[in-house]
Amino acid sequence: MENGRFGVHGGQYIPETLMNAVIELETAYNHYKNDPEFNKELTHLLNEYAGRPSRLYYASHMTEDLGGARIYLKREDLNHTGSHKINNVIGQILLAKRMGKTRVIAETGAGQHGVATATVAALMGMECEIFMGKEDTERQALNVYRMRLLGAKVNAVTSGTATLKDAVNATFREWTNRIDDTHYVLGSVMGPHPFPMIVRDFQSVISKEIKEQILEAEGKLPDAVLACVGGGSNAMGAFYNFIDDKNVRLIGCEAAGRGVNTAETAATIATGRLGIFHGMKSYFCQDEYGQIAPVYSISAGLDYPGIGPEHAYLHDTGRAEYVPVTDDEAVEAFEYLSRIEGIIPAIESAHAISYAMKLAPQMSKDQIIVVNVSGRGDKDCAAIARYRGENIYE
Amino acid sequence: MSKIAEAFQNKKAFIPFITCGDPSLEVTEQLVYAMAEAGADLIELGIPFSDPTAEGPVIEEADLRSLKAGTTTDKIFDMVKRIREKVTLPMVFMTYANVIFSYGSERFLSQTAALGMDGVILPDIPYEEKGEFQEICRKYDLDLISLIAPTSKDRIRMIAKEAEGFVYCVSSLGVTGVRSEITTDIGAMVKLVKEVKDIPCAVGFGISTPEQAAKMASLSDGAIVGSAIVKLCARYGEDCVPYVKEYVKSMKDAVRSVQI
Repeated sequence: MENGRFGVHGGQYIPETLMNAVIELETAYNHYKNDPEFNKELTHLLNEYAGRPSRLYYASHMTEDLGGARIYLKREDLNHTGSHKINNVIGQILLAKRMGKTRVIAETGAGQHGVATATVAALMGMECEIFMGKEDTERQALNVYRMRLLGAKVNAVTSGTATLKDAVNATFREWTNRIDDTHYVLGSVMGPHPFPMIVRDFQSVISKEIKEQILEAEGKLPDAVLACVGGGSNAMGAFYNFIDDKNVRLIGCEAAGRGVNTAETAATIATGRLGIFHGMKSYFCQDEYGQIAPVYSISAGLDYPGIGPEHAYLHDTGRAEYVPVTDDEAVEAFEYLSRIEGIIPAIESAHAISYAMKLAPQMSKDQIIVVNVSGRGDKDCAAIARYRGENIYE
Repeated sequence: MSKIAEAFQNKKAFIPFITCGDPSLEVTEQLVYAMAEAGADLIELGIPFSDPTAEGPVIEEADLRSLKAGTTTDKIFDMVKRIREKVTLPMVFMTYANVIFSYGSERFLSQTAALGMDGVILPDIPYEEKGEFQEICRKYDLDLISLIAPTSKDRIRMIAKEAEGFVYCVSSLGVTGVRSEITTDIGAMVKLVKEVKDIPCAVGFGISTPEQAAKMASLSDGAIVGSAIVKLCARYGEDCVPYVKEYVKSMKDAVRSVQI
């Protein structure tokens, strides 16, 4: 893997100012990933602090109601801080500490990665600054308060579309400005090498556990694994250990917003084309002149114009499938899972639930679907209520 | 010798940057004529990008204004065609990788060369990724300008060895924009380059006053100024041309005063 390529995707398309920082990061990661002390501390924190392993729950009501494949939910929503994001954050901040860094910065969309970063920074005594699009600070006001409560400084980014892509721009700019003592805790399987590899490795604990848990419960591998995809970290984590198991369908659910035939969409595989942005070559929503498109989704966490390079490669090779799910469908799934299983999923995760609702009835009763519930939906309740015309404010 | 290297022949160079299409391509064209008359030695024409991550707020906002006004790569090419009938100064495009890649790198760079442009600067293409662009640039006789930064350290030799045209020395950490003070040891960076290759070095990022320009030129072969000029365009809009001309003249005078 030269310069972190996945087929033609990946690479290190960043200003020269940051090159030594990513080289230093790669060297440190390659050293510590095989270091027994590092791994011992990582496993300890994942288990005792984050609450791993997360449960693989057999959704009997959903299974019965849909009348097809047996559905299991991977409960990443039960992790400390309420999403899968903490898996990667614990790993990266442990690494940053070993590298002698005293300050971490991070972008956030829905606020889940920001909250996870602020949490682990508090735990490990690191200074922490979060960059969040101004529009998202309004959509996710409670998460902004959480981050502040945890001791982080939250910067509302007003440039561009004031959403996740602009938060990433702002965090890269801040890193360019202050590198010596600062590590950028990138939250998804995107950006320049080695980030897509590091984030994937730290998230791959999800598929490692699914595999063990489903073998124990069912004595066989699942027929399909579903996960929502923005940048794609929870999906990459849920897919990774199944890539070589060719009979397991890997299905990424993209945010179609108001539909892939409208301009208000964030479905990169469905509507994007090959480009170079945010440090990587991959698929991006863009116009004919390469200007990055102002994407839209009800979900702040999937509201991103690109997709991680390894997903782009899995798409190219046909190993994974990517399907669009609209706002309407995601909101229906959000309400459906809440009612039928008593589990309120993050609106991001609801995109994957929605596709499971379509897919399960087409499959036979001896087949198995695993859906990664990447986060919990408490943060989304006010927004979904407003979507349904009820004026609730946090 | 490339036309870009000629800009540094027997003199310290002053290199202004403007964002094409801010406030309009008509004004950009007039700005080029004015800056040429005011003594610019090489002109950087910025092709706006929606997400210019190496830029500070001044140039980012100019990019967004320009795109909002309808500027496209094709319209910029048409403007350069008109400019080249009157101005022979070396000129380079400064833009982001996706603007070129998305247009089709071969298609973009062949047209750039046919228009009489002399090179391209891509702040998001480091040494490790330059191959796919450099190959095409060589084919069309364009210089792909290399950047070095205060954090480059041991990378400077490697970069300098393969540099073409001139080496763009990034003066400070962070993004483009006016700075009150530049603390990097520019002299040491330039010395490292010159040990490896006899190529001009120009300093950019943070320069706005004649004093800074003179100082940076004394430590290198020239000074690059972007944000300070783009600020004038933002402030005076359609009427910015005389203000920019006056400013470029004052900066060129400051650079000219430096002993070679």
